[in-house]
Amino acid sequence: MLEIVVVAFLAVGIFFMVVGAVGLLRFPDFYTRLHATGKCDTLGEVLIIVGLLLYHLFHYPETPLVCVKLLFLILFIFITNPTATYALMRSAYKTGVKPWKLGDERQ
Amino acid sequence: MRGKGFGILVTFCVMFLFWLLLSGIFDTLHLTAGLVCSAIVALISHDLIIKGDEEKILSKSFKLAIYIPWELWQIVLANFDVAYRVLHPKMPIDPLIIEFDTTLQSDLALVTLANSITLTPGTITIGITNGRFSVHAIAKEPAEALTVDGTMQQKVADVYMEW
Repeated sequence: MLEIVVVAFLAVGIFFMVVGAVGLLRFPDFYTRLHATGKCDTLGEVLIIVGLLLYHLFHYPETPLVCVKLLFLILFIFITNPTATYALMRSAYKTGVKPWKLGDERQ
Repeated sequence: MRGKGFGILVTFCVMFLFWLLLSGIFDTLHLTAGLVCSAIVALISHDLIIKGDEEKILSKSFKLAIYIPWELWQIVLANFDVAYRVLHPKMPIDPLIIEFDTTLQSDLALVTLANSITLTPGTITIGITNGRFSVHAIAKEPAEALTVDGTMQQKVADVYMEW
């Protein structure tokens, strides 16, 4: 039963990471690509970590500190991922990368 | 002066808990070293983390705890939104850049709103200049959801008590 839940978390996490990668390839310009990677990576990574956390919690209950450390990783990902996305967006915008509009060529 | 002592105490407790978490060793030497280091850090940098008086901070933390689950739900929605747009054969995107003003004042509130916009469906913050947000939206609907209804801005203002 536990294995099923853990595998489900890992699978959904990997699904979102793959969607992020597909979006990186399909979307037409820098800004829209950031939409795909910035969002999907956040949830994908968090789901994978939750899966690992559950697995560790039930198989190695003698070291619960590892689980707390994983929880902190989730917290840091939630703070740093949008901040990094924002930093990339802002520097691209300031250096004059043109946003793609409907009907334009792919960049 | 009462506020300062409270700030030092909270910073010290947080630092020491974090020390315990990362070291995981509970003998006298490591505990003493942790206590000394946490005290030094708390004395030097307490005003970086905790500002203002204690009642406000407590109620802010409480409101933030209510805000975070709502934000998590928004992140899940955002991912399904992006997944739909990525995997749809016709790729229904129509990017545009919008600007809107905010009434929020403090840096922390602005950062929270900017990160929340980035994590919610279809929008990413580009920049904030003098209380004016620039946001890149992937299509028209998410842009309108952000500017027209303004739920998120209201919620962030609620958390940091800025009306």
